[in-house]
This record gives sequence, structure tokens and C-alpha cells, in this order.
Amino acid sequence: MAEYMAQGKKPEVLFWVGCAGSFDDRAKKITKAFVKLLNKANIDFAVLGTEESCTGDPAKRAGNEFLFQMQAMANIEVLNGYEIKKIVTACPHCFNTIKNEYPGLGGNYEIMHHTQFLKSLMEEGRLKVEGGKFKGKRITFHDPCYLGRANGEYEAPRELLQKLEVELVEMKRCKSRGLCCGAGGAQMFKEPEPGKKDINVERTEEALETAPKIIAAACPFCNTMMTDGVKAKSAEDSVQVLDVAEMIANAEDL
Amino acid sequence: MQYIPNILFIIALAAGVGYFTFNIRKIIRNIKLGHQVDASDNTSERWGNVVRIALGQSKMVVRPIPGLLHIIVYVGFIIINIEVLEIIIDGIFGTHRVLSTVLPIGLYNFLIASFEILALLVLVGVILFWTRRNIQKLKRFWANEMKGWPKNDANYILYFEMVLMILFLTMNAADQQLQTLGATHYVEAGSYPVSKFIVPFFSNFSETTLIAIERGAWWLHILGILVFLNYLYFSKHLHIILAFPNVYFGKVVPKGKFKNLDSVTKEVKMMMDPNVDPFAAPAEGANQAPAKFGASDVMDLSRFQLLNAYTCTECGRCTSECPANITGKKLSPRKIMMDTRDRLEEIGKNIDKNGEFKPDGKQLLDDYITREELWACTTCNACVEACPVSIDPLSIIMDMRQYLVMEQSAAPTELNVSMTNIENNGAPWPYNQMDRLNWKDEN
Repeated sequence: MAEYMAQGKKPEVLFWVGCAGSFDDRAKKITKAFVKLLNKANIDFAVLGTEESCTGDPAKRAGNEFLFQMQAMANIEVLNGYEIKKIVTACPHCFNTIKNEYPGLGGNYEIMHHTQFLKSLMEEGRLKVEGGKFKGKRITFHDPCYLGRANGEYEAPRELLQKLEVELVEMKRCKSRGLCCGAGGAQMFKEPEPGKKDINVERTEEALETAPKIIAAACPFCNTMMTDGVKAKSAEDSVQVLDVAEMIANAEDL
Repeated sequence: MQYIPNILFIIALAAGVGYFTFNIRKIIRNIKLGHQVDASDNTSERWGNVVRIALGQSKMVVRPIPGLLHIIVYVGFIIINIEVLEIIIDGIFGTHRVLSTVLPIGLYNFLIASFEILALLVLVGVILFWTRRNIQKLKRFWANEMKGWPKNDANYILYFEMVLMILFLTMNAADQQLQTLGATHYVEAGSYPVSKFIVPFFSNFSETTLIAIERGAWWLHILGILVFLNYLYFSKHLHIILAFPNVYFGKVVPKGKFKNLDSVTKEVKMMMDPNVDPFAAPAEGANQAPAKFGASDVMDLSRFQLLNAYTCTECGRCTSECPANITGKKLSPRKIMMDTRDRLEEIGKNIDKNGEFKPDGKQLLDDYITREELWACTTCNACVEACPVSIDPLSIIMDMRQYLVMEQSAAPTELNVSMTNIENNGAPWPYNQMDRLNWKDEN
């Protein structure tokens, strides 16, 4: 982004990569797949790079409002400094925080989840996807809490999957009643409380009941949780966990 | 002498309504212990929610069987109340079936007939509810927090409703037989599609016996209603009234939006402002004790959260959708609400006794809700989505986490580590901030 600014240019959209997308080896693949799609659609985009910092979501959900607002205001300073208007992110947690909690602190942006953004690109005809290698494959979609229930977006990822002409099978608990993967509320960063089962295993069992080839996700944390769940059920040879953006990119071997 | 029943009735009515009002005022006083909430925004959306969610029961039917049964009992309850109006007028003025003299007889007959059909449906609905609870033993009614009073409370309510409906039908049946016998005072009115099947049992009874049965059922029915009205305050059944205001005050922003603490915003802005004078004297009036962060007791919660606690009818839909609870963790969103109400009631009684709240060495945190429960939440909003009356257990969990972290520095160790990471290197993991863009050049 700094380079854009130096050249006096403004990108069409800022890609907010997020911590997982920047550092986590699995999530980096989602980042790269999404970037391939942005390039394919000739989107003029920028990233903040080393000037991006955690949105503060895990801090806030863990109860540390002070740390959250420190992070939020520092990020807002950077974003406003670059006069950012439109942001896209592949992480529903970043999406939710920037969309709902930044405006009250002076950060007003048009923010889209990457599934919403890709959907709009297809509607505008800037990105074309038809069938490809997932055509007819049995696929189930796991709703991220912070995209679905938290922000009411259930259709964008499903419409993208329809475009890939997959056979979409829903789990018993889906959309507004979808079961959490177990990572939200900063659970990702701690051990679960004692119980009889891990949440991601419960959710993975439900996904496996639909006998899918692929469990589609739209959140890097859900992705990790479901991947671990599939491993715990020793199903990694027959079932893959993929982000919707990865599927679109893979469909055409980008 | 002839006015004795009227006088007794007026006394019973005044006592019933009076004691109920007394307790409602207590509820209002207790709710006001919480801090104020601003709900002046989105008025039309709020009213829309009341119509759709509360009146229209839109969230009840997410589960079709209990949803449908509930609608039957709910519609029955509301419509049969027109009959209660007639009973009250009759009771005060000593009339009998007064509405039959005011309304066109066709309409009156239609009304009585529909009350009877609804009464039967309510009876069937309530029996099915009882069966689901006690025979079918649905899991959500047998959770840990449902032992003892909560379990009995639920059944008492069902028995109450069964008895009231049976009394209503018995009263009508006796009335019919008296009408047939041409007893004085018993005007020929009403149409009785359900209770006419009870009439044959009364065919050999004398007029005196029938009058005793009719009057007995009439009195027990109305006294039962007054007792039931006053039972509400002690029961989870308050939702029949509080669901409406609760839905009105419910969240009208996306579920993922958690409130930002203004007191923190002020601090952070001051820290980030290079022009601020760190040695400046506090502004006039700014020297009150800083607000406490988060909640450790019910007084730290908002009035909406306290209203939530009184509104909860312990149906357990929240708990049955909670990922933590499903996988055997201690957390149950329903218990969060029940604990909040129990603690609030305890404080209310303390105020009743002492005139004002005298510290009792207890609080909502630890004495009611444990840390283990609070830390098991994934903030997934399933409980909030599931609640048919817009209760938000998650907001209480979040406020209590804030207290733990910001007032007590008592987060689980792993969370402290990741928060330190966020502070030091801008990510919950200990990666180098300078490596943020490395993905660009990797394959």
C-alpha cells in the first residue's frame, strides 16, 4: 500500500490478509489462491503488508477491551491515513470486526467477505467460473459463525459453490443453526474446557455423515478446526477441507 | 345479604391484582438496579420484531412440533381471556353471562363455541407438553440446572392450565343443564360444542346440585386465574408478559457486533494523542471513581440483561444449540440466565429486608457462574439465535469475561500468551511482524 501511496495511485480495493492468512501455513494457501483470483479478474488491489496488525477480534472476545481498542485505533489510523474506502478479507473474524466494531471508533469502510466479493465479480462478469474439476462432486459447506449468524450471510459462499456445479449437500445443522467449529471467541488460542468431546470433532462427524469429497469452508480458523477434525476421524485420505476461494482457483488449475 | 358474593368477588379481585402489582413493582425496582440502556433507535424495527417474534411467534416454529403446540396454547390463552372479562363483570355486578345480553346472540354463541374448542385444544396441547417433559424426557428438560424447583415449576404450570381448562368446561356443562331445566338466572345462551359431551353425566342431578357445581367451577376458575397470575412472579412463566418488552429491547444490530466500551475509548484516545498533557488536572466533575470494567455482579449488567433474566422461561433451546454444552462442557446459556435471575432475586430480598442493599459477601461470578463456564463459550451466537424471545446470554458472558481480564487479569494462561503476542507483534501467534508479507514470495 505504501508503494501505491508513493506513486499517488489508489487501489480499487484493499485486501486485508489477516493474521492467519499472513502467518499460518495452511491459511497462506487460501491467501495465495484468493490473490490468483484477484489477478485473474484484473483487480487493482493492495495489501498493507507489514503495516497490517491484528484487528483485535480475539482480544475483544477474550474480554480484553483495552487491547482490542488499541489494535483497532492503530489500524484505523493506518487505514484512514491511506484513505481506504473499500476492503475485502478472507477471514470472517476480521470482516465482522471491521464491519461492526470499527465504525464506532472512527473507521468507516465498505467491507466485504471474500465470498461476497467473488460473487460480485462474477455478477459483474469480471470473473468467470463454470464447472471445472469439482463438477458433480459431493461437497458440504460449513458456515462460519462470524459470516453466517453474526452477519446474516449464508448465500454468497453457496452461490459460488453452485457456480462450480458441485453437488451441494447440507449438514443437519446449517445456515442459522450451523454448529460452530469450536475456534471462535478466542478458543482457537487455548485448550478447551473439560468435556466429553472436542467441538471440531462433533462438527466434523456431522460433516462426514453427508459423505462429502470436500468440506468447504470460508474461514481460516474453521479450516484448521475441520482439518484437525478430519484427521482425528482418520478420514484425511478421502475427504479434503478447502476454502471456497481455493476451490475456485483449483477448479481451473490457476 | 344478596351482595355477599359480589363483595367477596371484589375483595378477591382486588387482592389478586393488588399483590400482583406489588410484585411487578418489585421486578421493576430490581431491573432498575442495572445500568440504563438506550433503545431509542430503530423504533420501527423494534415494533416489527414485537409483531413478528413475540406476537407472531416466528422463532417458536423453528422447531415445528413444540412451536405449533405453543401457538395453540398461546392463542387459546389470549382468546379465552375475553371470557375472563365476562366473568369479572358478572362477578362484580352479580349478572350472569352478561355479554350475551350485550352482543348479538349469534356472535356470543360463536365466541363461546370458539372458547370451548380452544379450551379443548389447550388441554390437549398442555397434556402433550407434559408428556414431552415427563414421559418422553426430552434432553433439554433434564439438564443439570433443571433439577428441583425449575422442574417442579414447569409441571405446576402445566397442571394449573389443565385444571383451569377442565373447570371452564365443567362450568359450561352444568350451565347447559341448568338452562335446559329452565333454572332462574340461567339465561339460554351460548353454544357448547365441547362441554355438551359432559352434560349427560349431569342429567340426573338436581337443580341445587347443578347450581353448586356451576358456581363451584365458576369460583374455582376465577380464583385459579388470580392465583396463577400471582404465581407468575415466583415462576419462569413471567415470559407471557415480559416476552413483549424483552423482544422490543432486543438486539437490532448484527449479532456479531459487540459494544465498544466508551470508558476504554477515552483512555485509548488519550494515549494515542501526542498533544495530550499527561500532567493536566482532571476536568471539573471528572473525578468520580472510574467505571468498573465488565461485570462481576448483577448491578454491573444492563437493565436489558436483567429483563432477559426475568423473561427466560427455561425452555433450553439455547443450551441445546450451544456447541460447548453439546460436547459436554459445563457451560449452559440457560443456566447463565437462571443464575442471573436467582442472584438478582437474592439482592432484591436483601433490599426488602434492609431498605438498601447490604453487601452479603456474594456475587454473580464464582458464587453462581463459574469461570470454567465463562471460558467455554465460543461466542458463536447459537444461543442468541435460538432464543424465541430475543434473550442474549452471550452479552452476559462477554461482560463477565471483561471483568475477569480487565479487573482481575485472570484469563487462562494460553490466552494471556496470545494477548501478549498481539501486543508485541500484532498477531496472536509469536511471529515476526516483518514476516507478514512473506506469503507473497512463497510457492
